[in-house]
Amino acid sequence: MEQTLDNKVGSNAQLIDAESIVIRFSGDSGDGMQLTGMQFTDTAALLGNDLATFPDYPAEIRAPVGTTAGVSGFQVHFGSREIYTPGDQFDVLVAMNSAALKVDLPRLKKGGVIITNIAGFDKKNLNLAGYPDGVNPLNDGSLENYIVHKLDVTKLTKECLSDSGLGMKEIERSKNMFVLGLLFWMFDETMEYTITFINEKFGKKPEIAAANIKALKAGWNFGDHTEIFTTRYKVSAASLPKGEYRNITGNHATAIGLVAASEMTQLPLFLGSYPITPASDILHDLSKYKTSNVRTFQAEDEIAAICGAIGASYTGSLGVTTTSGPGMALKTEAIGLATMLEIPLVIIDVQRGGPSTGLPTKTEQSDLLMAMYSRHGESPLPVIAASSPSDCFQTVYEACRIAIEHMTPVIFLSDGYIANGSEPWRFPVAADLPKINVSFLTEANGPDGSLLPYKRNDLLVRPWIKPGTEGLMHRIGGLEKQNETGNVSYDAKNHEIMTHLRAEKVEKIAETIPPITVDSGKDSGKLLVLGWGSTAGAIKTAVRECIGLGYDVSHVHLRHINPFPKNLGEVLGKFDTVLIPEMNTGQLLKLIRAKYLIPAIGLSKVQGQPYTTIELKEKILEILK
Amino acid sequence: MTTAADQSMPKLTAKDFASTQEVKWCPGCGDYSILKQVQTVFPDLGIPKEDIVFISGIGCAARFTYYMDTYGMHSIHGRAAAIASGVKISNPELSVWLVSGDGDAFSIGGNHFIHLMRKNFDMNYLVFNNQIYGLTKGQYSPTSEKGKVAKSTPFGSVEEPFNPTELALGAKSSFVARTMDRDPKHLQAMLKRAHEHKGTSFVEIYQNCAVFNDGAFFSFSDKETKKETAIFLEHGKPLIFGDNNDKGIRLDGLKPVIVDLNTSGLSANDMWIHDEKDKTKAHIIGSFFDSAFEGGHFPRPFGVIYTEDRPTFEDGLHNQIQELIARKGKPALDKILSGDKTWTIL
Repeated sequence: MEQTLDNKVGSNAQLIDAESIVIRFSGDSGDGMQLTGMQFTDTAALLGNDLATFPDYPAEIRAPVGTTAGVSGFQVHFGSREIYTPGDQFDVLVAMNSAALKVDLPRLKKGGVIITNIAGFDKKNLNLAGYPDGVNPLNDGSLENYIVHKLDVTKLTKECLSDSGLGMKEIERSKNMFVLGLLFWMFDETMEYTITFINEKFGKKPEIAAANIKALKAGWNFGDHTEIFTTRYKVSAASLPKGEYRNITGNHATAIGLVAASEMTQLPLFLGSYPITPASDILHDLSKYKTSNVRTFQAEDEIAAICGAIGASYTGSLGVTTTSGPGMALKTEAIGLATMLEIPLVIIDVQRGGPSTGLPTKTEQSDLLMAMYSRHGESPLPVIAASSPSDCFQTVYEACRIAIEHMTPVIFLSDGYIANGSEPWRFPVAADLPKINVSFLTEANGPDGSLLPYKRNDLLVRPWIKPGTEGLMHRIGGLEKQNETGNVSYDAKNHEIMTHLRAEKVEKIAETIPPITVDSGKDSGKLLVLGWGSTAGAIKTAVRECIGLGYDVSHVHLRHINPFPKNLGEVLGKFDTVLIPEMNTGQLLKLIRAKYLIPAIGLSKVQGQPYTTIELKEKILEILK
Repeated sequence: MTTAADQSMPKLTAKDFASTQEVKWCPGCGDYSILKQVQTVFPDLGIPKEDIVFISGIGCAARFTYYMDTYGMHSIHGRAAAIASGVKISNPELSVWLVSGDGDAFSIGGNHFIHLMRKNFDMNYLVFNNQIYGLTKGQYSPTSEKGKVAKSTPFGSVEEPFNPTELALGAKSSFVARTMDRDPKHLQAMLKRAHEHKGTSFVEIYQNCAVFNDGAFFSFSDKETKKETAIFLEHGKPLIFGDNNDKGIRLDGLKPVIVDLNTSGLSANDMWIHDEKDKTKAHIIGSFFDSAFEGGHFPRPFGVIYTEDRPTFEDGLHNQIQELIARKGKPALDKILSGDKTWTIL
């Protein structure tokens, strides 16, 4: 996309090319910062920037107004080069009140731009934000290392909408659009997409739509006509691989990955779910796809949600349940049942900070060992994890493949960071999606016309038998099964055989997954950074920067955690040191040490926040220096 | 639904519904009778065996599934209703039967029980109520009478029991019936009524636990006592009981009153005529359980206490989907993958 210097009338601001920019929109929970950030993101994406976003909001829907606890942030990192993280530090901070400034200032780059709404810096707001009496950061010189724009956004919005006929509350609600318009001007981006969005969103309330559009344009014009802004920035389109792109969040990618698996297998999709943060959006999204053979079932509780999915899978649907940590805890008995029944089931855990209610809106990778081991008895299960918002699509599709082809529950791990974060995605076409083999038993499979529901194939997989199939009536359940017949058996030796068969069945999945390859760097050397899940972007960026500085470091990222790819041990063995950064206290670390008997080093972060590139680089350099 | 193919098939017998598995309940257990009545009735229902699914939870009753030569899942404690919901949504054509005990249905599965009643899937929920925990060897249950001396309550329980009829009615059940193991004909009749009802049919079956709570319900079936202690409801018939059918129940406002037909000068036709579609009266019948009224000693009601026709969950869901498809069509997968806003990098 060709871009030229801006030549609009009125603007004397200088337009500077920037390779990448991080903007943090920050304000009260009710200030509309998530929507503002998403609109900015959509426009940047449609203009061809690569990007990554990070919505960061409190657990309370309306946390106390004006306090630091109520600050809601949306971070977007967009660039003309490849972007893998939402960025460690911001170039621009939009602070709608004093609490927002207080919370987010520490991560603003020195010399960065602050755009403030001074209406949020009155005595009351300063007190609520916890500034001492008489102290206002906008006047006390504490911001002298930054470029500060003090605007009375509230007043400007009110003035521009004074004749809109709307009430004061509705007018005030449009102030985020004023800011968005100003930002569009600052980054030389078009307002076109947001205008379309507003018209669609408020189709039935044209006066609200008109007011929002007016505020948006007023913001743009304010930048254009006043002399306060001396600099504008231009982030050109990124040279991403050719193709068609869309912007996508992890939760939406998960939802449509499930729809895709359902369509490709022609199996109806059944989602049993109970609302829980940060997984609920998958339920919301799937409930919109009911015309695509999707049945969503909002159950009375987490247990009913998974049990409904088990009933659906038993009846020949693709059964799925979605949840987060506390819900996973409730589902464990039912996961054990599905393990015993050996039926397909996809269990989606969008991880959040724990234990207990923990940090519902913050991210963590601390359910890995729970996914591996939480069932009573010996009950191994495949576990796979997505590494980025768009990767949720491919990974959940793979979860469906494993569940269906191997007749097993599969745990798919995502987390709050990638679930809500977004990035551009070169989406696939249906024709290119990998095939998933589905077969139902329709005739007796044993000697003399007998039925053997637990007779296994080469991969130790038993047949899927749908109720309604003539002549194949049989009973299954949670009691131990006699090998092959599936009848109840308390025989000592049989239990041991079945325990090993269930474990071997999961191990054999490794025969169907591709060998792991090195993501960045050489395939042998001094240091390997081994990651899983949502740390991928930060590790990739840190490792590539270190390689650029001449360091001998590589990156391997796991999607399949149980079973591990067959060649993982061999790959790890080619490095002097293995570093495993995780947003927990060392869970993959334990698995790797136990399985491969290597003295891997852990790096732990449990702050409810994703890793920054700097944190990872510091650790890498500490090891290599 | 009968098709030409069905008619050409020989009629099934009770034996056809018996699985190859040895039945392992204790001698004298009421479950044997229930199994026998189910196997006896099923050939008359005219459903192909492969279209029948039994889902059970945990407990003595839950083993039922293994003894029926149909499809079946013996699942986990309390969750049969939730699993059956998924089965019915996935294939509404299946005839789904749930089997639970009082602990399975009303204690650990209490939440699923009430929500199942409200959601009204077309399925049948048979609860074998023996007022005791049998499989765990004799603890009091949520239907045990207050003061019950059991393994875990050596000095008597201090809790009120559930009244399952009131619980189901309060949870918007569309079919509530009560029967017992020791009255095979009545039990068979209730099974047929449950099957005929489109919606969730809740059938409470009094079932004797010969080991831990023997004789809990004998007064309702023993010749000497049953006429005084039990009343058998029939739609359109007066509420009559007593040794010589000489007692009736009539309503004084909303208060039920026991009337002596010999001395009151009133006849059977002056009594309360059972209307199984009347929910207000169903609530009053339901509360006979507690003998909470002046005069006490109301007989325990058996039969269909309440039934109503209302749409099932699965019809609601699938009709909504069909309407949506008719109105909006089915989007191509490629459209779902691309979403509404895309851009191209050349």
